[in-house]
Amino acid sequence: MSAQATAALPTADAWRPSQARRRWSGWLFYGLAVLSTLLGLVMLGALLYDIFTDGAREVDWHFLSNYPSRFAEQAGLRSALLGSLWMLAFTAIIAFPLGVGAAIYLEEYAPDNWLTRFIQLNIANLAGVPSIVYGLLGLGLFVRWLALGRVVLAGSMTMALLILPLIIVASREAIRAVPDSLREGSYALGATRWQMVRQTVLPSASGGILTGTILALARAIGETAPLITIGALTYISFDPNGPLDIFTVLPIQIFNWVSLPQKEFHSLAAGGIVVLLVVLLTANSLAVYLRYRMQRRLQ
Amino acid sequence: MINLRIDTRASDVAVSPSENGQSDVILMTRNLSFWYGNTLALESIDSDIRPREVTAIIGPSGCGKSTYLRCFNRMNELIPGARIDGSIIFRNKDINDRSVDPVEVRRQVGMVFQKPNPFPKSIYDNVAYGPRVNGYKGDMDEAVETSLKRAALWDEVKDDLKKSGLALSGGQQQRLCIARALAVQPDVLLMDEPCSALDPIATTRIEDLIRELREQLTIIIVTHNMQQAARISDRTAFFTVAESGAGTLVEFNETQKLFTTPADERTEAYITGRFG
Repeated sequence: MSAQATAALPTADAWRPSQARRRWSGWLFYGLAVLSTLLGLVMLGALLYDIFTDGAREVDWHFLSNYPSRFAEQAGLRSALLGSLWMLAFTAIIAFPLGVGAAIYLEEYAPDNWLTRFIQLNIANLAGVPSIVYGLLGLGLFVRWLALGRVVLAGSMTMALLILPLIIVASREAIRAVPDSLREGSYALGATRWQMVRQTVLPSASGGILTGTILALARAIGETAPLITIGALTYISFDPNGPLDIFTVLPIQIFNWVSLPQKEFHSLAAGGIVVLLVVLLTANSLAVYLRYRMQRRLQ
Repeated sequence: MINLRIDTRASDVAVSPSENGQSDVILMTRNLSFWYGNTLALESIDSDIRPREVTAIIGPSGCGKSTYLRCFNRMNELIPGARIDGSIIFRNKDINDRSVDPVEVRRQVGMVFQKPNPFPKSIYDNVAYGPRVNGYKGDMDEAVETSLKRAALWDEVKDDLKKSGLALSGGQQQRLCIARALAVQPDVLLMDEPCSALDPIATTRIEDLIRELREQLTIIIVTHNMQQAARISDRTAFFTVAESGAGTLVEFNETQKLFTTPADERTEAYITGRFG
């Protein structure tokens, strides 16, 4: 018995004597990882530097409050900024309840069968469909078939379709992260399924759901292709005042200015990018703040 | 043949409450079998639980103790592919009957879990959760206070009811979960190894609490700790794994008798530490 055990043990020279190679490969990988991170940071820094040196001086009240013009010194992006905000608001109103509702159904109600798995797989796939495809769908479905025309609502509905998979996936992750012990605890007190979802799952998942939604909305505000497809590529010299007004958005206005030959308009485009970035960063900080507050309240 | 025997016994018991005029059995199982998918987890369990007693369930791992316990508040049906057969009679009604709402069963049969699972809410909201979901119309402050007192936690938390339940120690969290279960005024309290995640001092407090609660309600407790079963229970059920792999009830008797003069040799082997 003991002889067998001794025989099974490898002798000392079965081990590599030096650990130098192992340590060296560790350092190599560490170096590569740092390099990759730095590369990303440097690129981002260069991009921001370039934009801000060109664009920051363009951003003033005049720039924000004037309509686009063929004279660069008079041009502003008031209509594009308002268009973006209108579109964002209606996208949120449409996409948030639909996305969270679908996530709740898939995680808490749907039976675990092939159909559910098929739907889940396809939602994940939808998140990867190129945005131009959503633009074509929006053009066919909302602009033409529903005959809404090239209005804010058509843009919002198209954007809502585009970000719906993102919201569903993020919300499902957040809901799935709620421990089953809380679900059981809730059921054991006589809660119905909806009471359990409403009072236990949603409060615990709300931080993740909100973060996912705001990041998805941030994507929507930067999207250009689907809106060009549905016809928001227009010259707008008035305020869009509601969901049924025609509109344009920041990225399209920027695209417009960049495509003009005069240098002055390129500076305006840089200014537009600064405004867009500020809107994006505001949305993202809001997400971080909301998550922080939710988590603090729960602990 | 086997079915015939069980049928006879079932009818015997069904008659006895009317003879007494008052039922001396609050929960009974007849021919109770349970499957997870195709795996038989419990096989033909016949058992009678008496009111206002502490019933301990002991047995080696995998013998179906927890499965048996969770049959009583229909928690098992939340598991996909689970199937139950036989009957569980609570107050002369089969709780698995089509007409019975599991939500109503769970209000009357409360549960405390192995790992303390307070909601990420304040202490107050944890206790008020059950009354709220069940539409309690009385004074909520009073209900919360009474429940926390019954769970022997009031004195420790009365000054910061707004503090999160997660900020309490493990033992306090478990007593909070007991208070939460008591707040819906159940007749039966199921406890699934409630002390296994706690230190000895916290365990002692929970055991004291169980002895006090015994005056007011029926308690069924699963435990891995035979000393605990001997200390706190009136009657003990010993489960084991049959050769088929399914959990079976070997012996169910007064705790004193089961631990001193076990009728079955498997019980004797288990309580003397020869297996399990």
